[in-house]
Amino acid sequence: MSILKVKNLSKSFGGIHANQDITFDVERGEILGVIGPNGAGKSTLFDLITGFTKPDTGSVIFEDKNIFGLRPDKISNLGVGRTFQKLKPFADQTLLENVMIGAFAKEIDQKKARDKALEIIEFVQLIEKRHHYAKELSTGQRKRLELARALATDPKLLLMDEVTGGVDQKTIPGLVDLVKKLRSRGVTVITIEHNINIIMDISDHILALDQGKKIAFGLPKDIQKNQKVVDAYLGTVDAA
Amino acid sequence: MSDLNLAKQEPVFNTNKKMTFVILSFLAFLILLPLIGPSKFLLHLMIMIFMHAVISQSWNIIGGFSGQISLGHGAFFGIGAYVSSFLYVEFGLTPWIGIIFGIIICAIIAILIGIPMLRLSGHYFAIATLLIGISFQIIFQRWELVGAASGLWVPLTSEDSIYAMQFHGSKVPYYYLFLIFFVIIFFIAWIINRSKLGYRLRAVRDDAQAAQSLGIDIAKYKIIAFAISAMMMAPMGSLFAQYILIIDPDRMFNFEISIIALLITVLGGIGYVWGPLIGTIILIPLAEYARIFFGGTGGAVDLMVYGIVLMIICIFRPSGIISFLPSNILHRKKMR
Repeated sequence: MSILKVKNLSKSFGGIHANQDITFDVERGEILGVIGPNGAGKSTLFDLITGFTKPDTGSVIFEDKNIFGLRPDKISNLGVGRTFQKLKPFADQTLLENVMIGAFAKEIDQKKARDKALEIIEFVQLIEKRHHYAKELSTGQRKRLELARALATDPKLLLMDEVTGGVDQKTIPGLVDLVKKLRSRGVTVITIEHNINIIMDISDHILALDQGKKIAFGLPKDIQKNQKVVDAYLGTVDAA
Repeated sequence: MSDLNLAKQEPVFNTNKKMTFVILSFLAFLILLPLIGPSKFLLHLMIMIFMHAVISQSWNIIGGFSGQISLGHGAFFGIGAYVSSFLYVEFGLTPWIGIIFGIIICAIIAILIGIPMLRLSGHYFAIATLLIGISFQIIFQRWELVGAASGLWVPLTSEDSIYAMQFHGSKVPYYYLFLIFFVIIFFIAWIINRSKLGYRLRAVRDDAQAAQSLGIDIAKYKIIAFAISAMMMAPMGSLFAQYILIIDPDRMFNFEISIIALLITVLGGIGYVWGPLIGTIILIPLAEYARIFFGGTGGAVDLMVYGIVLMIICIFRPSGIISFLPSNILHRKKMR
């Protein structure tokens, strides 16, 4: 059963079609990978789904509710969480406080919000850093912070923008494991990822974009062979 | 025991025993102070400290907690003063109830002007509040019903009256009045700071987009902060009106009130519950003594003192005097 149905979603900025007629479904419990070269419209797609950018036309159905054009906080409260490509931690607050702010989306009580935040911090394996300020954490740790903060709002669908971008090689496997573990928490994931090996490994389906258009959608093994994708994206990676 | 269980057993609030003791002793001292027969000047100074601590705390809620710089907060001081005084002059309603009306009206006005204005961000909000503050003064200068430029003259009672909240013989009753509001409002700020509301306001302040992604309606939270802030300002206006018993637009809607609230908070430590108090304790005695010392020759000496102190702080301690406190007191959660 689909948790999210995106239909003919379009957005243009001036004359540039950032997203054009994008259509795809996301199955409950799966990990959907979104790939595409720089400027393909991946982050714009995330902003359109989560309400940070108002779409022009199309529809976005989340659990039978049309969330097209709703405010970001309303979409979040319905159960769609996200992380940002350019990280946005609350820098002057501790890791625990950051995650508690997420937990307060569903909790009013201090103690309950705190316990929930701690459990999630344990899940992202940063429990010993809980009293550190967000600005003191490394990029990899901040990615975990953002993941934990979004998870604390109890999302059914989580959009993760660049899980491993800007993180050193040693930290990547841990982050990838975390994303895989999300499945066992019952969270459906859409993730943007530049590392092709990782995206092929973790995704159930892959959506490939190029210049604002969907060029392919399917199983990872089929996407790998898709000529359009190879031309637009994979080929250039190999050449590099 | 696992790290997680250990972490869960940490107290939600690491209430520092030493700090609690210091605060309670300070409070006891304030309650007992009038009994040792202080001079009229000392009582006046203390009243000014209570008042400025509260108006700065009020500013701190919107400016410090939620990060929206208001330059017209004096308007709520003036409205509070006018509401309670007008109700007493026109209808003989006791200021005790007038204060409550002032608080309610300030909340309503804050919500009404907050809905359009808080959509403006950063500098634009500051400019808009500046203009709102000035326009309230102009409205009250022209408004015949409330005495226009000459203001309201509160009929003096022949002797001390609790009903009329007028005490001519001594400043002690005023001292306790201001003290009570000071304690209540600081207690409210302390509660807000550690509640869900406080966490969410800080989120709005630090990163509005991240806050939205966590389900926070940023416009709603800014308006809540603005309304709470206005509600804290209003009773100070009412009490100050009872204290000096002359209510005119120049005094009650003085631009200085908006600026001083900001200066004190920045000086003490913006965004911290105790910042406004620390700023007040340092700045108000300095300014009052400077005013006396230089007498009539230098009417604006206190303002120059504010300016100089603030410049020094901005250069050497941008996060305010509170940052001199040891970090384990300042950041209760950072205990390792």
